[in-house]
Amino acid sequence: MSVTNQTQSQAQPPTKNDTILLDVKGLKKYFPIQKGFLRRTVGYVKAVDDISFFVREGETLGVVGESGCGKSTAGRSIIRLYEPTAGQVSFKSQVLGSNGQTKTVNLLDLNAQEMKSVRQEISMIFQDPVNSLNPRMSVSDIIAEPMIIHGMKMGQDTEDIIVSLLERVGLRSDHLRRYPHEFSGGQRQRIGIARALSLNPSLVICDEPVSALDVSIQAQTLNLLQDLQKDFNLAYIFVAHDMSVVEHISDRVAVMYVGKIVEMAETDALFTNPLHPYTEALLSSVPKPDPLYKPHRIMMQGEVADPSNPPSGCYFHPRCRYAQDLCKEKSPEFRQIKHDHWTACHFAGELKLEGI
Amino acid sequence: MAVAEQTLASAPVRRKQASQSYLSLVWWKFRKNRTAVFGGVLLLVLHIAMVGVPEFVSPYLLERTSDYVEAKPQRIRFFDQEGNFHLRPFVYGLEKKIDLAKRTRVYVDDPIRIYPLGFFVAGEPYQLFGLIPLKTHLYGTLSDDPAASVFIMGTDALGRDWFTRILYGGRLSLMIGLIGQLMTIAFGTILGAMSGYYGGWVDQLIQRATELLGAIPDIPLFMALAAAIPSFWSPISVYFMLTLILSFVRWGGLARQVRGLILSLREREYALAAKSAGGSDSRIMFRHLLPGTMSHVIVIATLAIPGMILSETALSWLGLGLRPPLTSWGVLLQDAATVRAIHTTPWELWTVPFILLTILAYNMLGDGLRDALDPYSGR
Ligand SMILES: Nc1ncnc2c1ncn2[C@@H]1O[C@H](COP(=O)(O)OP(=O)(O)OP(=O)(O)O)[C@@H](O)[C@H]1O
Ligand SMILES: [Mg+2]
Repeated sequence: MSVTNQTQSQAQPPTKNDTILLDVKGLKKYFPIQKGFLRRTVGYVKAVDDISFFVREGETLGVVGESGCGKSTAGRSIIRLYEPTAGQVSFKSQVLGSNGQTKTVNLLDLNAQEMKSVRQEISMIFQDPVNSLNPRMSVSDIIAEPMIIHGMKMGQDTEDIIVSLLERVGLRSDHLRRYPHEFSGGQRQRIGIARALSLNPSLVICDEPVSALDVSIQAQTLNLLQDLQKDFNLAYIFVAHDMSVVEHISDRVAVMYVGKIVEMAETDALFTNPLHPYTEALLSSVPKPDPLYKPHRIMMQGEVADPSNPPSGCYFHPRCRYAQDLCKEKSPEFRQIKHDHWTACHFAGELKLEGI
Repeated sequence: MAVAEQTLASAPVRRKQASQSYLSLVWWKFRKNRTAVFGGVLLLVLHIAMVGVPEFVSPYLLERTSDYVEAKPQRIRFFDQEGNFHLRPFVYGLEKKIDLAKRTRVYVDDPIRIYPLGFFVAGEPYQLFGLIPLKTHLYGTLSDDPAASVFIMGTDALGRDWFTRILYGGRLSLMIGLIGQLMTIAFGTILGAMSGYYGGWVDQLIQRATELLGAIPDIPLFMALAAAIPSFWSPISVYFMLTLILSFVRWGGLARQVRGLILSLREREYALAAKSAGGSDSRIMFRHLLPGTMSHVIVIATLAIPGMILSETALSWLGLGLRPPLTSWGVLLQDAATVRAIHTTPWELWTVPFILLTILAYNMLGDGLRDALDPYSGR
């Protein structure tokens, strides 16, 4: 894909900040499976099963994985769109702190009032450009909604904020009174971005924000997101299933498989030197820029495991080329192999895996 | 050819109406559907004439009896017996005869008595909307003869003008359709929305209730409930009770549909966006979810009004619904649909075309609304 080499140099933000903004520990989200007239719970879909990661201020954490591996559920559980089953989500909040000091809070412990305030600081961008904007509301109403929810009155001030946000995402002020159906997919995504920024958040959860767009529009939108990140010092959790998009935008990457994080590292380290066979398989599907390179694509056998009935041991073992008996029996631990490079594989470091 | 013209004509319209709201899009699309517009206009006329101002439209008042018992309709004519053309239409007077062979009373035209007709003639005084005293009627005879009459659809056994009775009957029948359907919408939307949004035991309870109602066939349920209305109740109480029963039996289907819609809408990303920004339940419900169900609800409701009107008609016809002295289409059918009546006063079946016309018009309007209320589909 062209975005990869086009603006590679912009991918790294100029300043690195080591302060941790969000620290997730042991997050779980199990959806009950109910059957029968009395709605008895007969099992659970372990959509997110004990994941831990952190996000630094102003950085982008990419989250990749095949469809159904729990990426969206993870993102939504963090801001309690889904009430998590277990875990801890520590967030460095400005609004809950006093005298200009920040305060680190566990989002899962907050009461409704506090949670509502924190929602100013964490916003979401969604995947579907059609469904993410209410067709019955004008652009100005859509962007203003978060502000109104948080008690601002519509007036000249809010209008000015909306216009400058619109212009910042590349739309015009005369788009203000229009309705979503009058825009293209890329423009709608920009409206969604403006809405996400309207309360000046510090963390934006982007759930596949470019997956539904044309390739050329994808590149523009990614670049816009990167520019905004620099201007507003935003941290992104960037969910995607396209490896090249993730490589382009992320500082660090977490790879998910059936509700668990199987590998997490700096983008370069993960792409050149993967430690988990699943990561290797995902990477082998990325088209190479070199036309002479002989593609050597690892076809994974079978389907993604069923999160309500996962296999024994390592969830990936039925599809893994390197699987041994140990993998069927024992679930591997998520451990640090190198500096800042974590993985959950019994043979991490022993296998010779190919990156790009 | 016609298609090409249409696209040419609609191109500038489409551009001009950019940046217009949902409602104006709906209106724009609805207007293009001739059948639906026709149905809508027809309904408007029917409702104004019957629900609004039947006192004005009919030449007589509902209670006015006459000596012309079971008289045949008087034809409106332009030519008299000699073949002379009259610019002003007229009717012949009626002359009562006894047919000794059949032992019945028949009416024949009396060509000597010519009663000219006119619009906006003065007649019996009434109060429009119960407020404005008036004497003008839409049409009537201009003759001073106290025996002058204009029964365009004949008379009944008490000598009442049948057309007048159809108009007043329509008032109750159409209002049952409207009020009953409004109550159905209220029950169905509120319960369906609660069921879909809150889930859990609320959902369970409402779901089981709709299943229970749905499991009992309509007509026996109506009959059981209607038969339970005490016979000493005043006609007006009976009327409201009947409306309540009709809407109570029918809210289940609507509630299910609304529940399904809410279930799917609340997973829409715009609803999630509002929720993730901290929007309250009521904001999400009233700003994002219910407006999304309204178009569906309106279509279903419009298409269900005929069923409501027919149920009233059927119940009253069976003698379980409205009873005289109330006048509704069902009550009129009860008079008309006996073997004797079909034989001696077939004009009393004039009620039927009015019922059919109303049902047809509601269906035309409903179909058009269904297409128009989803204006994004055709783009
Ligand atoms: N509300 C829900 N109730 C029950 N199961 C759910 C619910 N939402 C998601 N799941 C299940 O949880 C698992 C993870 O879903 P999720 O949407 O998080 O995957 P994803 O990684 O975002 O996939 P995609 O790339 O398709 O968006 C899936 O098996 C899905 O069926
Ligand atoms: Mg997803």
